[in-house]
Amino acid sequence: MRSIRSRLVAAAPALALAALLAACGGDATTPEPAPPDADAAAAAPEQDPDAEPASGFPLELEVAGRTLALAARPERIVSLSPSTTEGLFAVGAGPQVVAVDEYSDFPAEAPTTDLSGFTPNVEAIVGYDPDLVIVSYDPGDLVASLETAGVPVLVLDAAVDLDGALAQLGTLGTVTGNVATAQDVVRSLEDRIEAAVASVPPLDVPATYVHVLDDALFTATSATFIGSVYGRFGLENAADAADPDGEAFGYPQLSAEYLVDADPDLVFLPGGDADAFAALPGLGGLRAVASDRVVELAPDVASRWGPRVVDFVERVAATVTTLPEPAATTP
Amino acid sequence: MSAPVAAARPPVTVDDRDRVAPPRPRDLTLPLVALGLGAAVAAALVGLLVGPIRLPVGAVVGALVDRLPGAEVAHGLDAAGTTILFEIRWPRVILGLAVGALLSGSGAAYQGVFRNPLADPYLLGVAAGAGLGATLAIVTGTASLAGGFALPAAAFVGAVLAVLATAGLSLRRGRPSGPAALILAGVAVAALLAAVQTYLLQRHADSLRAVYGWLLGRLSTVGWAEVRLVLPVLIVTAVVLVLAAGRIDVLAVGDEEATTLGVRPGPTRAAILAVASLATATAVAVSGLIGFVGLIVPHGVRLIAGTGNRRVVPLSMLFGAAFLTLADVAARTVQAPAELPIGVITAFVGAPAFLLILRSQQGRA
Repeated sequence: MRSIRSRLVAAAPALALAALLAACGGDATTPEPAPPDADAAAAAPEQDPDAEPASGFPLELEVAGRTLALAARPERIVSLSPSTTEGLFAVGAGPQVVAVDEYSDFPAEAPTTDLSGFTPNVEAIVGYDPDLVIVSYDPGDLVASLETAGVPVLVLDAAVDLDGALAQLGTLGTVTGNVATAQDVVRSLEDRIEAAVASVPPLDVPATYVHVLDDALFTATSATFIGSVYGRFGLENAADAADPDGEAFGYPQLSAEYLVDADPDLVFLPGGDADAFAALPGLGGLRAVASDRVVELAPDVASRWGPRVVDFVERVAATVTTLPEPAATTP
Repeated sequence: MSAPVAAARPPVTVDDRDRVAPPRPRDLTLPLVALGLGAAVAAALVGLLVGPIRLPVGAVVGALVDRLPGAEVAHGLDAAGTTILFEIRWPRVILGLAVGALLSGSGAAYQGVFRNPLADPYLLGVAAGAGLGATLAIVTGTASLAGGFALPAAAFVGAVLAVLATAGLSLRRGRPSGPAALILAGVAVAALLAAVQTYLLQRHADSLRAVYGWLLGRLSTVGWAEVRLVLPVLIVTAVVLVLAAGRIDVLAVGDEEATTLGVRPGPTRAAILAVASLATATAVAVSGLIGFVGLIVPHGVRLIAGTGNRRVVPLSMLFGAAFLTLADVAARTVQAPAELPIGVITAFVGAPAFLLILRSQQGRA
């Protein structure tokens, strides 16, 4: 405990300073000054800004309203998001990654550390001497603190749909100098998604589903990233009524009796156990349970928007294909 | 939770009339108990009839009668309706009644034993211990969808260990040293456990939703298994607390006086607190941390029934059962078909109700 506390105490002035500097900073559209340790590279003549930034570095890229300036191909990348970690390795940037956060457990060769993406410690991150840090969100002014320390930061917000997820792979390829590999990967993933969607015959009556996160029946609606995947197959989310205005951010707790009444065709359980689900009060009689269409999903695959999401797409396709025709057989 | 410690010895609250002129107030006891029973039964009926899915009243009543031995009624409730009524609402109503009774009865007992109006069932570290136990079970993955009874078991063990730690810390040279030391030890234990829990949550941010869902209380997930766990404890608690309620009144006149009246203060207090803590730990294990019930229900009961614990304890159990069952109806209907955590409802209703009670008591004094 003591070491953590002393680290926090040590970080406090730095964070305060960083916040102050961030408050004084200009607006996001002006190109940021190159980090001090990269002065020489930044002074090099700029590339044609309209050209595909494939040509290399130095590089300036607009990502979600922020400008990322990279003097050279990053060789010491720190990723604080499991999704981007998977993406980095998929586009061939694995060798350039020096540290990933505690939840980045895939692929196996990812250099998992005890860095946290939720309660990040700026000092610990800077300790890896990164030339690029990639995060999926910005807790406690992390980005401003890192940029104050001269570290470029790429913020890739959680993807809202499959296209967004694939676009992020493209971005990861660009910023790591693996453009060609990334393009190949994205193209092959697109082909797999198309093939999966094409393998499912169009349903006259849309089949219904729920995506159940735990035994308290927290669910994901069609407004979520994962919901958008099911939407590709024309599936209808039975939990949408529980969060009509997005107040629960797409993750409402569903009433068990409503679930019994809605009796969806398909139940997806990320990280769940179909037998335990069927044993929940009242749920043993669901059509999905009786027809063995309660699908256990690997928890990480369904909660990340990395390249493995396509495995998930194919899993959904395989399940939907087993639905009898017509899908809804309500008596 | 730490504020009440300063007022370690509030004025004696025993209802003097109870001993000086027993016949008159005792006449009221039976009608009040009947009222409490009626409230609990009415709340149970509301709980069976009302939910996000509208079931026809006639069909529900018919299906209920049909279940009675010997009765056969054509009720017209379809399969989904039958599942909703008997597998989802029925255990939920029973558990709402039981948890409400346990928390309110324990609250009344704690308030009586500690002679402190702000005492609640979570005073001796039950909540913090159960919270830490549940958090551990969730972050280690023991209590995932496959978990079964891991979560209630962990919460129960945490709660019991926390109360034992509190009791142990309050001993001085191996002997009990009075209610104030016990309350202080409870505050210290709760603070320590809460710190550990916060640390764990920081380390496992991915479990936040599951842990907070549990912390806010939930009857939404329960079935018959939980009911079977709770009912024996409810029976033991009801018998012990109702029988011991008179002794709580005797303790209120002071330890020396109690001794001369033939009540040994130390062991009596310990026994009552042990049963109340066991009751609370059981309630928390199956339903999470549902706040305010153990605090406001006994106070509300005192408004209508006076302060004699022989009436306050049993009436608190009955009205607590009714209150929590109705709160659960609100939890599943306010945002239907989404669920609201029941703790949100009890706090939302409980906090203003508590203020009203306090003000009306000030008015009387």
